Amino acid sequence: MADVAGVTTDEVLRVAELANLDLTAEEVPRMQRDLNAILGHIAQLNELDTSDVPPMAQVGEMLGAEAESTGASLREDAVRPSLDRKAVMAAAPESDGRFFKVPKVIER
Amino acid sequence: MISSQLAGRTETVLGTATIQGVRTAVASGAVTATTVAERHYAKIAAEDGPEGKNIHSFLALSKQRALAQAAKIDAMAAKGEELPPLAGVPVGIKDVLVMQGSPATAGSKILQGYMPPYDATAVQRLEAAGAVLLGKLNCDEFAMGSSNENSAYGPVLNPRALDRVPGGSSGGSAAAVAAGFCVATLGTDTGGSIRQPAAFCGVVGVLPTYGRVSRYGLIAFASSLDRVGPLATNVRDAATMLSVLAGHDAMDATSSERPVGDYVGALEKPPDQLVRGLRIGVPAEYFGEGLDPEIRAAIEKALEGLRAAGCELKTISLPHTKYAIPTYYVIATAEASANLSRFDGVRFGLRADGVKTLSAMFRETRDQGFGAEVKRRILLGTYALSAGYYDAYYLKAQQVRTLLTRDFLAAFAEVDAIVSPITPTPAFRLGEKTDDPVQMYLEDIYSVAASLAGICGISVPCGETKAGLPIGVQVMGRHFDEETMLRVALAIEAGQGRSAGNG
Repeated sequence: MADVAGVTTDEVLRVAELANLDLTAEEVPRMQRDLNAILGHIAQLNELDTSDVPPMAQVGEMLGAEAESTGASLREDAVRPSLDRKAVMAAAPESDGRFFKVPKVIER
Repeated sequence: MISSQLAGRTETVLGTATIQGVRTAVASGAVTATTVAERHYAKIAAEDGPEGKNIHSFLALSKQRALAQAAKIDAMAAKGEELPPLAGVPVGIKDVLVMQGSPATAGSKILQGYMPPYDATAVQRLEAAGAVLLGKLNCDEFAMGSSNENSAYGPVLNPRALDRVPGGSSGGSAAAVAAGFCVATLGTDTGGSIRQPAAFCGVVGVLPTYGRVSRYGLIAFASSLDRVGPLATNVRDAATMLSVLAGHDAMDATSSERPVGDYVGALEKPPDQLVRGLRIGVPAEYFGEGLDPEIRAAIEKALEGLRAAGCELKTISLPHTKYAIPTYYVIATAEASANLSRFDGVRFGLRADGVKTLSAMFRETRDQGFGAEVKRRILLGTYALSAGYYDAYYLKAQQVRTLLTRDFLAAFAEVDAIVSPITPTPAFRLGEKTDDPVQMYLEDIYSVAASLAGICGISVPCGETKAGLPIGVQVMGRHFDEETMLRVALAIEAGQGRSAGNG
């Protein structure tokens, strides 16, 4: 079972890195406090024995035979018109009209 | 009060216009759709703008598109053509759904400046049914919040009490209906975000069954929970909106192919037969400690009304209810952490300036663009999914979600609908809960279980507190049984003496 009572500063920073978030020095202690409060509340799930309970990802799978009517069927994989590329690229912060432009990828 | 004799009186009762009233008035030539739209814009300018009361429900107006649509409806009416169900009806769209020609912000700075190149299916369906789309409505950032105080563009005030929150995250959608800026609106509900603000503002809000309404064009928060649904002044209008919105969409693989029910027709039964013989479940767990006594009394009165209308009331148990909030906050944040990874400064919205490398650009953009609550939820979700914690949090929550859903499936073997509170308290004051995320999350105590189980739900006004704040009651229905849910809701509404919508 996870140690629910103590997310450390280092863990906050590690999770922020995984999530591609830069936290300011002021944000770190606040987030640490809030995460610990929320995880403390979530810990009550451990009161339940769920060893024989299947996980549920979304409701379709709980409706058994009705699954095919709740979004399980897939559309035909056929070429069809999509959004206009020019319109999509126009919404980008930086583009040459065909591709998205980004800063240098390889860091040295 | 709602008027049921709208035709020809649009100007005097603009604040309480109904769908059927507007459509009938436009069809008869008593008023043009253009005039209806212009009057609503005038009211918005006076009361929603920086002058006036500044309720701040709109983030952007789409006047050009609205007036073009109104002119189209007026041309149809002038030719005597049969008008579609929402002809000339002024509707607002929560700003997490995309609408071509209007900015889409999701209440976040990270999407500032983004102009989406297409319409959400729900938006497109409303317009095809004749609705006049007035603009985009304020909401909590990425629909994360229960008070609308998490919008990067400032909070929305509750039109019924300007020192109070309108609820969230569809706070702008509820406030715009309550203030008479729109006749109906679109909201989204992930853990209560349509039903709770509807209750706080004294309007009707519908959570359709998962899969009933397409989510194509919805900026995703938690994909196994997010739903699109209507808010309106009364149950018939909500049913009319739902009948336009519901149905399969090839662009959303989670939308259901089941035939759509006759939501408006279900309400046509004679009043004495509307709910006669229905078994109504009253879940004991929803009436425990923490429920405001005035809300409890109002709901007990609504239940007595249902009994008098011929319903059989049964006390039921939904034994895992207390685990709904912790389950929800693991699943919703885990899904959010994945969905919100797409906001990285590459394809749309904000990009941080003066950053030399790609990875620094990602981090800087996200740090500048996301607000505190969004960061908190991304961190929590990333933590719950990270190596070493996945089984303890995410898998565990998915298992408890099964138990919560089984609770409802067992209950619905015994009863036809469930009636409960939707909020523990009436609308609270601005700033009252912003400092304590756990307190704010507990606001969702009566709403999140229906979200996790995928069933349908509706919030209907059922009275006021002594201080004049609206009280809402929740009706929950079986998967895809919106008809029964709407019938019970209409009976409750009729019991308040506020049934409307006949024009």
